[in-house]
Amino acid sequence: MNGMNEIRLSGSGGQGLITAGIILARAAVIDNAIVTQTQSYGPESRGGASRADVIISDKKFYFPEATSFDVLLALTQEACDKYSDDLKADGILIADSSNVKNVSVMDSTIYEIPFTNIAMEKLGSVLPTNIMSLGFLVRKTGVVSEASLKKAVKNSIKPRFHEMNIKALKIGFKLADKE
Amino acid sequence: MKSSDKMILMQGNEAVARGAIDAGVDFFGGYPITPSTEIAEILSAELPKIGGKFIQMEDEIAGISSIIGASLAGAKAMTATSGPGFSLMMEGIGFAKITETPCVVVNVMRGGPSTGLPTKPSQSDIMQSRWGNHGDAPAIVLYPDSVKEIYELTIRAVNLSEKYRTCVVLLLDEVLGHMREAVVLPDLEKVKIVNRIKPTVPPEWYKHYQDKPKYIHPMASYGEGYRFHVTGLAHDACGFPTNRADEVKIMMDRLRKKITHHLKDLIQVENFQMEDAKTAIFAAGITARAAKTAVEKLRKSGKKIGLIRPLTIWPFPDEAIKEYFKDVNTIIVPELSQGQMLGEIQRVMGGIWNINTSKTKRIIPIQKCNGELITPDDIVNKVKEVR
Repeated sequence: MNGMNEIRLSGSGGQGLITAGIILARAAVIDNAIVTQTQSYGPESRGGASRADVIISDKKFYFPEATSFDVLLALTQEACDKYSDDLKADGILIADSSNVKNVSVMDSTIYEIPFTNIAMEKLGSVLPTNIMSLGFLVRKTGVVSEASLKKAVKNSIKPRFHEMNIKALKIGFKLADKE
Repeated sequence: MKSSDKMILMQGNEAVARGAIDAGVDFFGGYPITPSTEIAEILSAELPKIGGKFIQMEDEIAGISSIIGASLAGAKAMTATSGPGFSLMMEGIGFAKITETPCVVVNVMRGGPSTGLPTKPSQSDIMQSRWGNHGDAPAIVLYPDSVKEIYELTIRAVNLSEKYRTCVVLLLDEVLGHMREAVVLPDLEKVKIVNRIKPTVPPEWYKHYQDKPKYIHPMASYGEGYRFHVTGLAHDACGFPTNRADEVKIMMDRLRKKITHHLKDLIQVENFQMEDAKTAIFAAGITARAAKTAVEKLRKSGKKIGLIRPLTIWPFPDEAIKEYFKDVNTIIVPELSQGQMLGEIQRVMGGIWNINTSKTKRIIPIQKCNGELITPDDIVNKVKEVR
C-alpha cells in the first residue's frame, strides 16, 4: 500500500459498517500504517444512514474524515446516491447489488456484487455481509494485508461467530478473484 | 519490544477512561449520554477491578453531586456527560468551585441547544464551560485534538484539579470522542501524577481554606480526623457561612487569583507552522485537525499561513494570541458554533481588528452548526476567497 487511502463504508444502521470500519482500522494498525477511523450515524440503533470512514496512510495526516474517496463501499441505494459524487476519478466503487440497483458513476472502477443475497444463500444469514464485502474490498485494493485483516476479524468478533465470519471473509476473497 | 508492538487502536472516549485510571481516578458517578457513554461504560467495568467505585446515578445533578462528595472523602473523582447533562451539572460545578473541591467533568460536545443532535459534533459549549455556573468563578477547561492527546489531557485535567482544588472541565466533541486512532501509551512510571496537598498541622489547627502565597492550599479528607464545614454559601477559613465583607473578599480573590497567578502553568497552545505566517487560523479540537490539513495544502501553493491551537481554552490564552498574531494581517476563526471563540479573538485583538472587512487586520469567521464538520476545503476555499 502506498500513499493515502480514503475509504468510506456506507449503508444503513445495523449492517455492521462501523464494526467493519473498526476491523479494517485494526488491520491497518497491525500493518504498522497510520490510521484513523471515524463514523457518522443517527440516533436509531437500526435503520437510518450509517457510515464509517477509514483513512490508511504511510505518512502523517490530520483531518480524520474521508472527503474524497479512493474506495467507496455502498450497501444501500441511498448511500450509493449520496456519496458516489465524492469518489475520486480513479476510485473504486463496490456496490451491494442486492440493494443498489442504479449506479451512476462515470470514470471509476465499479464492482456490483450481491453481497447480502450471497451471505443469505451461502451462510444462512445476512449478518456477515459486512465482513464478506470487507474481504472483497481488501483483495481488490490491498489497503491492508490479508493476514492482518484475518487477525483483526478474529480479534474483533466474538469466538462463537468466528467460523461464520472467516467463511464470509473467504467468500469475499473468492468473489474478488472472479471479478 | 518495538514501539509498534504496543500500538493499539483506541477510541477517544476509551482514552479518557484509560487516562482517568492512569491519573488515579477511583470514583466515577454519572449518567450515560451520547456521545460520552463509552466513558461511563468502560469505567463501570474497569474501576471495580482496581478497587474503585462506579455509581450510575439517577441523573446528572446527582452525578456531579456524587463526585463532589467522593472527592471530599478523598477520592479522585470524575464524571462524563454531553450538552443536556452539562446544563444540569452547572449548579454542582459552581458548588465544586466555591468549596474548592477537586473534580473533573468531561463534556463530549454534541449539537444543541437542548437535546439537539445527540450523534453529531459541535463546539458550542465553549462559553458554557466558562460561564455556565452563576456567580464569578474561575474555570480551567482543556480541549485536545487527537486520541493520544485526549489521554494526556485527561491526566492533566485530573492533575490540575488536584493541584488547584477546583472543578476542571475536559471538552471533546462527538467526532473526537468516537474517533479511533493508533496510539502508543507511555509507560506508567513516566506519567506525572499530582495529588492534592495534605495538611501537616494537628487536626485542631486545620483550616480548610487558607491564604497561602500562591493560593494553593492543603486539603484534608473527611474521615482523616480533620474537622471542616462545607457549604455553597460564602464562607470563612473554616468553611462556615459568613457575610463579612472582608472574609468574602478573601474567598472571592482566592478563587480568581489561584487561576490568574498560574497562567503559565495552565495555558498550553500549539504553534503549527506560524513562523513566517501573514494569515493565521485559530481553531480548537476537531476543527484544528481540518485547519492543519488546510495549512499544509495552502503552504504547498505558497501561502504564508499557520495555525494556533489552544489546548487550554480557559483561561483563554490572551498573551499567546497577542504574541503569535502581532505580525499577521488576517485571522481565520473556524468553529462549530455561531461565533463563541470569534468574540474572544476580537476581544483579545482589540479595536483595530474588524470582522469580515476587506481591509487588513481583519478577522474572518467560518461557522457550521448543522452537525457536520468544517472540512479542510471549507477553510482553503475561504482563504482563497478573501485572499
